[in-house]
Amino acid sequence: MEKRFVYMDHAATTYVKPEVLEAMMPYFTENFGNPSSVYTFSRKSKKAIEEAREKVAKALNALPDEIFFTGGGSEADNWAIKGVAFANRDKGNHIITTKIEHHAVLHACEYLEKIGFEITYLDVDEYGMVNIDELKKAITDRTILITIMFANNEIGTIQPIAEIGKIARERGIIFHTDAVQAVGNVKIDVKEMNIDLLSLAAHKFYGPKGVGALYIRKGVKIDNLIHGGGQEKGKRAGTENLPGIVGLGKAIELATQDIDGHNERIKKLRDRLLNGIMEKIPYTRLNGHPEKRLPGNINVSFKFIEGESLLLLLDQFGICASTGSACSSGSLDPSHVLLAIGLPHEIAHGSLRLTLGDLNTEEDVDYVLSVLPNIVQRLREMSPLYEKFIKGEI
Amino acid sequence: MEYSDKVMEHFINPRNVGEIPDADGIGEVGNPKCGDMMKIYLKIEDNIIKDVKFKTFGCGAAIASSSMATELIKGKTLEEAWNLTNKAVAEALGGLPAVKMHCSVLAEEAIHKAINDYRIKNGLEPWEDRFSNSEHDHHE
Repeated sequence: MEKRFVYMDHAATTYVKPEVLEAMMPYFTENFGNPSSVYTFSRKSKKAIEEAREKVAKALNALPDEIFFTGGGSEADNWAIKGVAFANRDKGNHIITTKIEHHAVLHACEYLEKIGFEITYLDVDEYGMVNIDELKKAITDRTILITIMFANNEIGTIQPIAEIGKIARERGIIFHTDAVQAVGNVKIDVKEMNIDLLSLAAHKFYGPKGVGALYIRKGVKIDNLIHGGGQEKGKRAGTENLPGIVGLGKAIELATQDIDGHNERIKKLRDRLLNGIMEKIPYTRLNGHPEKRLPGNINVSFKFIEGESLLLLLDQFGICASTGSACSSGSLDPSHVLLAIGLPHEIAHGSLRLTLGDLNTEEDVDYVLSVLPNIVQRLREMSPLYEKFIKGEI
Repeated sequence: MEYSDKVMEHFINPRNVGEIPDADGIGEVGNPKCGDMMKIYLKIEDNIIKDVKFKTFGCGAAIASSSMATELIKGKTLEEAWNLTNKAVAEALGGLPAVKMHCSVLAEEAIHKAINDYRIKNGLEPWEDRFSNSEHDHHE
């Protein structure tokens, strides 16, 4: 098969859709006015931001007043966690999260731990699912915040968010969810799901990088993270990323108008790829939940090989993918998510994440299936572990 | 983190991959837990490394280091091979990213282990390894 460029790392970031870019363009060059200025020229900027806010609110079933734009998903996570922690210190100092959160959540929690907060990091099962009974048991009268991701960025597992929201609401605890991977892939209704705070990032759903939003339910007590001017109703200072916000609005509108149709198409491709991998490559395991997972997500471990060398060889064939191996990140331990679902280190090192998106085609899938088995075999033939396995020594 | 052209070249076309069934010395180092493991086979005649093969489980740098190290010791005396440092391997590869220097250490260790395996099998005192308790401890 002829060499082609295949991008299967949509969980890392997506391209910007032409319609989104088109919507953004005028706000770089023509309508560049500072939304805070008083003259007529700037009203277009102000109006564009409010329209984007309405689009985000509509996508989540929130009120426009409950949407606050940020500089991305990590800022939204940091704001939600630190802001709630600091504003509710008089009620308690206990926060519940999980072991598989994104680092923006985990490291914010670790920071709070250092300054006197208590954090419970819930275990997950072999599929990456939170245990609801364990969550209930972890709640104390000092618990002020539960922060659990909607869908995992590595293994794609989708958590029972509505169930968690119900528990939090009944106990009067603020519930935040990092929905960075979920928006556009899962139907989200913050009212029905009892979500108090939700983080999102435009570049995961075909919008621009460096812009995100935090939904804050009316009545939730939260401190500011970025202090300064009076933008975003005095809650998030800094001149607005006008084209970025417009792009986010357009992107979320497109991403949520037909989630079922999008999922059906992506899932079909994903399953064709996954079934092909499992069929053609022995000693492979699927990581994450078999059903409750993001439509475009594949995460597999190939025994006896290491992920970074796998990525480098895939790159030689024009295929962009990702791994949970330590060797790709420069740290000594493999992905905290793969370890949390109970994988031994050597299996976690051999993981491959392929995340499909809107541009992928059946030809892409077939191309990956024509290349990947040979690459895995080539690395296995080089591997002393495979040699031992074949000789029956392990 | 980016690899040099030389690293990529050795990674994509590694030299001396394989096993020597009747090897005179075998050295295995590293630990799959840490994501890299290297096994080196030596064929030795008259104190000269006549043939060398390797198998490596690990990242691009680990595979390239194995390939380069085996190239550098082929045809050399055991003394010369013993004196090949990890730095020399890294330099021959046009440098390695700092976080990947341990891969070159692994290659030096594997060669040392294979040479000492040969020495012990032939009733000789093993030579002392300069890495016996240092840089590569995270693999234990």
